Amino acid sequence: MKRLRAALRRLVGMFSAGRREREFASEIEGHLQMHIDDNVRAGMTAEEARRDALLKLGGLEQTRQAYRERGTAPFFETLWQDLRFALRQLGKNPGFTTTAVLMLSLGIAASVAIFAFVDAALLKPLPYQDPRTLVDVTESIAVFPHANLSYPDYLDWKKMNHSFRSLDAYQGAGYLLTTPSGVEPVPGLRVTDGFFHTLGVAPLLGRDFYAGEDLLSAPRTVILSYSAWQRRFDGRKDIVGQVVSLSGTSYTIVGVMPDSFEFAPRNNAEFWTTMHAGGSNSCDLRRSCHGLVGVARLNDGVSVAAALADTKAIAQQLERQYPDSNRGQGATVQTLTEAFVGDIRPILLLLLAGAGLLLLIACVNVASLLLVRSESRRREIAVRGALGASPLRLARQFVTEGVLLVFGSTLLGLVFAVLASQALLRLIPKDMLLQMPYLRGLGLNFHAVCFALAIAALATVIFSLTPIVRLSFSEMREGLTECSRGSAGVLWRKIGANLTVLELAIATVLLVGAGLLGKSFYHLLHVELNFQPDHLATLSVALPEKTYTKDEQIVAARRQLLNGIAALPGVTSVATTSVLPVTYNGNTDWIRFVGRDYNGEHNEVNERDVTATFFSTLKTKLIRGRFFNPDEDGTKPRVVIVNQALVKRYFPGQDPVGARIGDTTLSPKSIKEIVGVVDDLRESKLDEETLPAVYYPADQSPDTDFNLIVRTTQDERTLLPTLVSTIHQFDRGIGTSEESTMLRYINESETAYLHRSSAWLVGGFAGMALLLGMIGLYGVIAYSVSQRTREIGVRMALGAQREMVQRMVLKEGGRLAVVGIALGLVCSLATTLLLRSVLFGVQTWDVGTLGGVALLLAAAALLASYIPARRAASINPMEALRAE
Amino acid sequence: MGEKADVWQGTLALMVLKTLESMGALHGYGIARRIEQTSGDVLSLNYGTLYPALLKLEQEGAIVSEWGVSENNRKAKFYKLTRVGRKQLERETSNWEQTTAILARFLGGTEDPA
Repeated sequence: MKRLRAALRRLVGMFSAGRREREFASEIEGHLQMHIDDNVRAGMTAEEARRDALLKLGGLEQTRQAYRERGTAPFFETLWQDLRFALRQLGKNPGFTTTAVLMLSLGIAASVAIFAFVDAALLKPLPYQDPRTLVDVTESIAVFPHANLSYPDYLDWKKMNHSFRSLDAYQGAGYLLTTPSGVEPVPGLRVTDGFFHTLGVAPLLGRDFYAGEDLLSAPRTVILSYSAWQRRFDGRKDIVGQVVSLSGTSYTIVGVMPDSFEFAPRNNAEFWTTMHAGGSNSCDLRRSCHGLVGVARLNDGVSVAAALADTKAIAQQLERQYPDSNRGQGATVQTLTEAFVGDIRPILLLLLAGAGLLLLIACVNVASLLLVRSESRRREIAVRGALGASPLRLARQFVTEGVLLVFGSTLLGLVFAVLASQALLRLIPKDMLLQMPYLRGLGLNFHAVCFALAIAALATVIFSLTPIVRLSFSEMREGLTECSRGSAGVLWRKIGANLTVLELAIATVLLVGAGLLGKSFYHLLHVELNFQPDHLATLSVALPEKTYTKDEQIVAARRQLLNGIAALPGVTSVATTSVLPVTYNGNTDWIRFVGRDYNGEHNEVNERDVTATFFSTLKTKLIRGRFFNPDEDGTKPRVVIVNQALVKRYFPGQDPVGARIGDTTLSPKSIKEIVGVVDDLRESKLDEETLPAVYYPADQSPDTDFNLIVRTTQDERTLLPTLVSTIHQFDRGIGTSEESTMLRYINESETAYLHRSSAWLVGGFAGMALLLGMIGLYGVIAYSVSQRTREIGVRMALGAQREMVQRMVLKEGGRLAVVGIALGLVCSLATTLLLRSVLFGVQTWDVGTLGGVALLLAAAALLASYIPARRAASINPMEALRAE
Repeated sequence: MGEKADVWQGTLALMVLKTLESMGALHGYGIARRIEQTSGDVLSLNYGTLYPALLKLEQEGAIVSEWGVSENNRKAKFYKLTRVGRKQLERETSNWEQTTAILARFLGGTEDPA
């Protein structure tokens, strides 16, 4: 307490030093006068009296000094002096300060901005109770490691497992909701009764589903998402207990989820209904129909691996029990976090590594700038040392400057980082952002600031140590004499040269990374689609099931709709499909060939229901046979068109036209004849191989939900509103959604987005790294030339040609560049191995990229050394020698 | 060097406090003279060291200062004990007595060879 009080008064004392010293002067004056008076009174002469008084005081100046030190806090006072001096120093050299602060803050901003994403997506736990014990549980088959669960399997897994405290399942669903502005398809989710309980979240209003509420016998109930409650029901408190009609069925609203509730795989779901398996959905009760995803809470002390082993054992047992439906159906258990963010983890880590390398290069660059500066400050340091500054005090000066530099850069960097992360966030397509609720509220949080501080601390250490090491204090005396320059200059050139090699190597790694990513993005966008994606408008259509109950009604309605649309101006062709191309492998069917032995193995093929004009609308080539006829509906013999992949896999070297396929039991109803073979129309995502596929005539298995594809001669985007109004003119009860175009679909698909953003971001980092590397190389060469002015002068005086001098300097730069690039290429071979998982259609040792990067860097290095080489060649030997 | 100064400072502070307690408000010179007199002129005090000690005590709140005029009409800063200072004096006096008592008992048996 006493000490604290004294320390505070001393700190405050720093600011009143002047007044205190004046006061003390008069106090001492009084003291001396009194002492002299006494001495005179004791019989001394005035002269003696004064000397005695001063003697007793023990020196006036020492007393003043001691008093001054006690009056303030010397440590802080020195710091204050150092800070002011450092500010003056930095201010005196605005070029250096601006460059250093800009480079550093850029590096810090890039790292912190990317880190904010990493933190939000990978480090922050999922917003559920004890998220580490939550797992994603699904079946797995050979072609899809993460396949869906069937409802009967789910029930058996739930009953037989010993690993899960609870196991629940969910499935995406769509409902038609009548709103004041017409019928609107709204996304929802069907869940089992314990779903929210397993996640550990409770409704904001009302109640959770109770046990057994998901059975067919229970009354239909629904829980609203917060946004649906706000947007569709004005946030009314009395909403619980009211009835809402979804696709013509009445549901009682029993609860509302809180605003903070999010569920990444289906975050746009507005209505959470219970499973009610076995109702209108014929898929539910079939063991071979897979539509669910499981989520489970592990029992205490059960690891994910143990749960996986347990579930796999159950799957094997079911395989034996139901060989027809469950053959080859394995199990996958992974943490819920892995299921939610596993896809973007490699990309985010890649970006973080890129930003880190950029930061490193910026640090190296600033460090070498500091070296140059410390070189030019040798005399200043030597003079201060000679005047009595202790080595510690001199070192403190550098530390202070380093801290100041880093502090300013960090502040600026944080501002840039906030702007950058907001900008990056805006670049993410809205549909994708919806699946990434964890990015909500992204920004400068506690973690990001800590990360920035850690970087700052590290940078401070580097920047403080660099000049201190450089100015080893034994050299201090030499610094006063000019002739010591030679040896010291060589030493510095060595350190500087090594730093430059490091910079060039890092730049190489980044450039190679960017080159590979760019190339793989190019490959991705130029992947063979086997259809023409331009001028195609797409729209998702949902006929109300209550109105269109019979197959014939659906067929008739669709034909009328298509005819109406085909008559629109500009429309050249129109078709529908059950799943749009370039979306995913999936929605598969198991097929079996008539007249062939069958071992029970599942032949997994993509199944699509398309109208007759589908292939001609997309302009997909027919290889053999024929397209569907417009009148091929349920009354005609069943037919199927297959793709090349299927022919390659199941009919190698044979003509499949005329062959017949059916389901696993070859039930008579399922037998279809192959009438045509089409090119491998890309059904899968851009970076996946398209599976074998079967196309059935949409009219032979009509469904109320389908996707419209319209080819037009005009801009396809302008057609979309007309399409919607045409459909609504036909029937106001039809829901339309996802108005888009095929090109937008492809360019804004998650795959394309992830590849594009990583290519651009790493490319940006690499570009900056290239620039910084050039600046670094230029700095080293230019400094070297300035140090060798005299040597060059002597050489020229002795007859060296200007070209020779120029070549000599260029050679120096070239040597560094070659070493740096070679080192960088070796490093990039190692580091790009980590890129493998995010590359598409490119090898990590792509010769073109490696060679291109080497050439680019060599050209940049040449440019960077050319300017100082020119300067060296233009040195006037007479002036150079006289200057010494 | 540092250690000795600390010990000296500590005792000096105690002497200052004691002097101010017995004499009331007093200026720096007066305190110095009083300490010398009290010590029977055995202690030769470097007057200059007194002032940082006074400043320290003032910062700690043990004393307060005020400008005034000395008995022979010189302008001088007078120091006065505060309540905090009085308490500090009591505490340090008892500490000091305890320490000297222990040391006295400790050194009691041995004879100084000189």
